[in-house]
Amino acid sequence: MTGAASLAVTGLVAGYGGVPVLDGVSITARPGTITAVLGANGAGKTTLLRTISGFVRTRSGEIALDDVSLARLAPDRIARAGVAHVPEGQGVITELTVEENLRLGLLLRPRADRGAALEDAYRRFAILGERRRRLAATLSGGERQILVIARALLSAPRVLLLDEPSLGLAPKIVAQVMDLVRQLRDDSGLTVVLVEQNARSALAIADRGVVLNLGKIVAEADAAELAADVGLRRHYLGF
Amino acid sequence: MQEFVEFTLGGISDGVIYAAIGLSLVLIWRGTRVLNYAQGGMAMFTSYIALVIIDAGGSYWLGFVVALATGLVLGAVLERAVVRPTIGKPPLNAVIVTIGLLILIEGVAGIIFGSRNRSFPTPFSIVGAKIGTFDLGPGASPSAFFAAGAVLAAAVLLALLFRYTSVGLRMRASAFSGTVAQLMGVRVGRITTLGWALAGLIGALAGMLVTPQTFLYPNSMDSIFVLGFTAAVIGGLDSPVGAIVGGLILGVLLNYVTGYVGSNLPELAGLALLILVLMFRPSGLFASTATRQV
Repeated sequence: MTGAASLAVTGLVAGYGGVPVLDGVSITARPGTITAVLGANGAGKTTLLRTISGFVRTRSGEIALDDVSLARLAPDRIARAGVAHVPEGQGVITELTVEENLRLGLLLRPRADRGAALEDAYRRFAILGERRRRLAATLSGGERQILVIARALLSAPRVLLLDEPSLGLAPKIVAQVMDLVRQLRDDSGLTVVLVEQNARSALAIADRGVVLNLGKIVAEADAAELAADVGLRRHYLGF
Repeated sequence: MQEFVEFTLGGISDGVIYAAIGLSLVLIWRGTRVLNYAQGGMAMFTSYIALVIIDAGGSYWLGFVVALATGLVLGAVLERAVVRPTIGKPPLNAVIVTIGLLILIEGVAGIIFGSRNRSFPTPFSIVGAKIGTFDLGPGASPSAFFAAGAVLAAAVLLALLFRYTSVGLRMRASAFSGTVAQLMGVRVGRITTLGWALAGLIGALAGMLVTPQTFLYPNSMDSIFVLGFTAAVIGGLDSPVGAIVGGLILGVLLNYVTGYVGSNLPELAGLALLILVLMFRPSGLFASTATRQV
């Protein structure tokens, strides 16, 4: 790991077709913190992550990893710059084995480090070690989520973008995944941008939170402050 | 009994050619969802290149190597220059473009090399082996063994590439999910070009192996392409192993039909097999059952 970086999004306008989904969004994720991005369906949370990682074109505004501009770069270049994006629900390649999926994460590392990094991952995620030869299609939803996060970590990212890691998982597994994200910040000092519908779980581990509504930021504060704001919770966060 | 052995061996020796064409189509289809209608035309063209070298006094093997290398380069260049702009557009665009390429390549070949049938050399004898008085037929000739060995070697090398190298992993990841591959920093565009290049090479190999039987003329690969396509569809279009097995099944079946039923029926039988597969197993015999994420 080359050290955590800050990710700064400034005045971002982006979207599909005619109408912009993101309308002047600015967010700063400080190094070694978790920033929760919250909001209802259609608020633009996933589009924000997809724009940062280059799958949706930036129309105007700036995206910077430390002082390197990422806006309008191709997705593979953004990945090589150190941004790992764990997409919503479907990041596992089911036709490949667990180990092959993990090896994809290793492609960005120097060859000499790969073996040790993979063994580390198996030590940390024992379940993946046990199933390394099996097709990823045979994993449960929770195991797949662990697999995609483990794979993202193997690429030694400087910023981790997580899109709805709790989606479709049982509450107990959600707690485990959130715990894992917290550990990544505490132990590895990773910068995390966490998109969640499950605002309560996300704010429990986040340092900062922003609330998106219809492509604009309607609130931004320390996570504890957002969690304590009853009006905001009722209006936008649903808990 | 003698006939059965002869037809079977002949079928295998034809089948490896269909398998090679099928394999080249699968390599491209897997990565880009484009069916390269120009594959046969490209193989015809590289065979002409080989013939020019051989006629000019170069050895067969020099022609062979240059043909394969030309196939490799031709595949890469055509992907970059002509096919790449169609990606992300309606699928019909790529269909039209590759059919247009086929017409162009065949036209250019006619202009440069003329349209008369040219005989094409083989490096080995086409006389079949005999065990006592038991004639095994041309399917057991040194030339047929060479063809089978060459296609088998190409298939094994590809399998090793896919399975054990990081380039192979990149290729498979790009084929199964371009999005995830990009997220992992894979330069999917380059991988696509590599897929086309390898397909061009395998196609050129098929051209070198089959042309001694068909003669060489601008349309000489057309019917071989159709059979190679059938082989790929039998195998599921997604599966390299499927294309090879599909090619062998097709080759053997067509030889039985020619031998036992009538020599004018094999095209019909190939078509019937294609229809049966599409009716009862539309995704082919070897397609993975996992749902694809688009």
